[in-house]
Amino acid sequence: MIEALHLTKTFRDKKRGEIRAADDISFRVSPGQIYGLLGANGAGKTTTLRLLATLLKPTGGSATVAGCDVAREPEKVRTQVGFLAASTALYGRLTAREMIAYFGKLNGLADAEIRARTKRLADELGMHDFLDRRCDTFSTGMKQKTSIARTLIHDPAVMIFDEPTLGLDVMTARAIVKFVRECRNRGKTVIYSTHVMSEVEKLCDTIGIIHGGKLMAEGTLTGLRATFGEQDMEEIFVKIVGAEDAK
Amino acid sequence: MNWTNILTIYLKELKDSLRDRRTLLSTIIIPTLVMPLLTFGVGKVASGVIGKARSETPTVMILGGEDSPGVVARLKESKKIKVVPTSLDWKEDITEKKVRAAVQLPEKFEAGLTAGAAAAVVIYHYEGEMKSSFGAGELEKFFRELREETTTERLAERSLPATLAKPFDFKRENVAPPEKVGGNLFGGVVPYLIIILCFTGAMYPAMDLTAGEKERGTMETLLCSPVARVDIVLGKFLMVLTGSLSAMGFMLLSMGVTAFVAGSLLMGGGGGAVAKAGSAGASAPAGSVIPLIDPLGLVGVLAMVFPVAVLFAAVALTISLFAKSYKEAQSYLAPLMIVIIMPAVIGILPGIDLNARLALVPLLNLSLVCKEMLSGVWHWNYIAIIFGSSCVYAAVALWLAVKMFNREDVIFRA
Repeated sequence: MIEALHLTKTFRDKKRGEIRAADDISFRVSPGQIYGLLGANGAGKTTTLRLLATLLKPTGGSATVAGCDVAREPEKVRTQVGFLAASTALYGRLTAREMIAYFGKLNGLADAEIRARTKRLADELGMHDFLDRRCDTFSTGMKQKTSIARTLIHDPAVMIFDEPTLGLDVMTARAIVKFVRECRNRGKTVIYSTHVMSEVEKLCDTIGIIHGGKLMAEGTLTGLRATFGEQDMEEIFVKIVGAEDAK
Repeated sequence: MNWTNILTIYLKELKDSLRDRRTLLSTIIIPTLVMPLLTFGVGKVASGVIGKARSETPTVMILGGEDSPGVVARLKESKKIKVVPTSLDWKEDITEKKVRAAVQLPEKFEAGLTAGAAAAVVIYHYEGEMKSSFGAGELEKFFRELREETTTERLAERSLPATLAKPFDFKRENVAPPEKVGGNLFGGVVPYLIIILCFTGAMYPAMDLTAGEKERGTMETLLCSPVARVDIVLGKFLMVLTGSLSAMGFMLLSMGVTAFVAGSLLMGGGGGAVAKAGSAGASAPAGSVIPLIDPLGLVGVLAMVFPVAVLFAAVALTISLFAKSYKEAQSYLAPLMIVIIMPAVIGILPGIDLNARLALVPLLNLSLVCKEMLSGVWHWNYIAIIFGSSCVYAAVALWLAVKMFNREDVIFRA
């Protein structure tokens, strides 16, 4: 379960002054649900997700992830979270097995458990051919599989995906989308940020549209279509964001 | 603080760094090669160049001397120099290295010698040019011998003993034990090399583990783990410290082996320079001393260097952490090298002695106290001040590194 209540993050910039990257954001994601955070570049998606993953500290509001408060219990939150982003890379000089084992250890798993889980993940993701190769020799697909295994090694209850398909080819992107669905099917709480409309349409149970750090609209795909009188997600998005920009 | 997590991060960073060529180069390969290269490489080249210059008979010109045929003839007969015909552009010839030196014989020099009032001989050479100074040296030697010969002849003519001009002789005898000689000789250079290598040893792992990770995107991956930030900093810091200490360790090991091999080659076996204080001194030829380093002094140096290595590791980590890329970190740390070298160089200079005020100046204090310890001098009050102050500086630097790692604007600086 993820619950954000008036979550706010402000930054200070020498030139632009105070920037409200996340402004009074509230939403709730239940287990077995995918919540899509849709927004343009710079809308505040990454900041919101980093707040939930406790990489950043909120300047206002609160949030709980799997029952733990992000501000007061950041380490506990991270034991419950698997965070996968385009910006979370692999250690090039480690092998896939070493990479997975490292994060297993950091999550407090015993060696025997790490071995068993690595084998299971390698079976599921088809990683056996490259498990003992260094990550800097990997193709994009291999890298993504290793990253997925890294996020799943501690079997987190909450999965946070920050534009995970950014810059990937169609086949690798499809594999990621499939993996996100599997997470939902396993009962995990999933939050997924993207600016690709089609991904949101295919994947998300609830969609939150974020713009200028604010959550502009929220609902199911059917609900949003009914509210805004548009079938196409892109048209809905433009209607919401365009109206805000016109102000 | 969770030491299991710190150890996990440290061991991973160690494995990662051992697979990084740049880190290996700065922490193991260069420190190991620097002493043999300096001793055998540069030393051999330098001795070869000097030997070649010495083996060459210097060409000289005689200016004047038409009225001193005897001296001119003796100069021409000398096998140590080669007299070439005088040219009008003799100064230019010396500058262009066509001749190495020239000697100006004053008018009626020989007549003056006989009469007992010869004017001064002037030797022209090119200052700073090795072969020219060898040529001038040979001419000086020739005229010194001529002067002594003339003195002896004059004394004999007057039936006076030769001891009249040279009533007594004197010579130098060394009383300093070999480790004191070694301490004075290497005391400045060893801390200087240790300081530089400690810093370069810390520099590359620090850049790779912080700015390098930010650039490669692995920092964010690591921050997603449930490990506390302070544990991450300490794990990384321990790796940077390992780099710094290993650079120093490999340099000292290599220095010891090099000194032993060089000593063996020079003395025909048995001339270890480090940690052989008693026995090697006994094997030295009569009247000469093999410079040695006091082994206890070396242990003292290692103990004093430790907090400085901590300081270097923490400073390099803090600065690299601030940078958003490896390149940026390099541009911050490279100029810092000059700041570090300066006090180390000042420490080598003669006449600068340790006092209470200098004992508080970081690096300079280390350089000065190491020089003393390697010579077997132990000023315990200064040693305590230096060790204590270095520990304080190191602790402050480490605290800053932890503070820096907790700053979101630094960690996510892009």
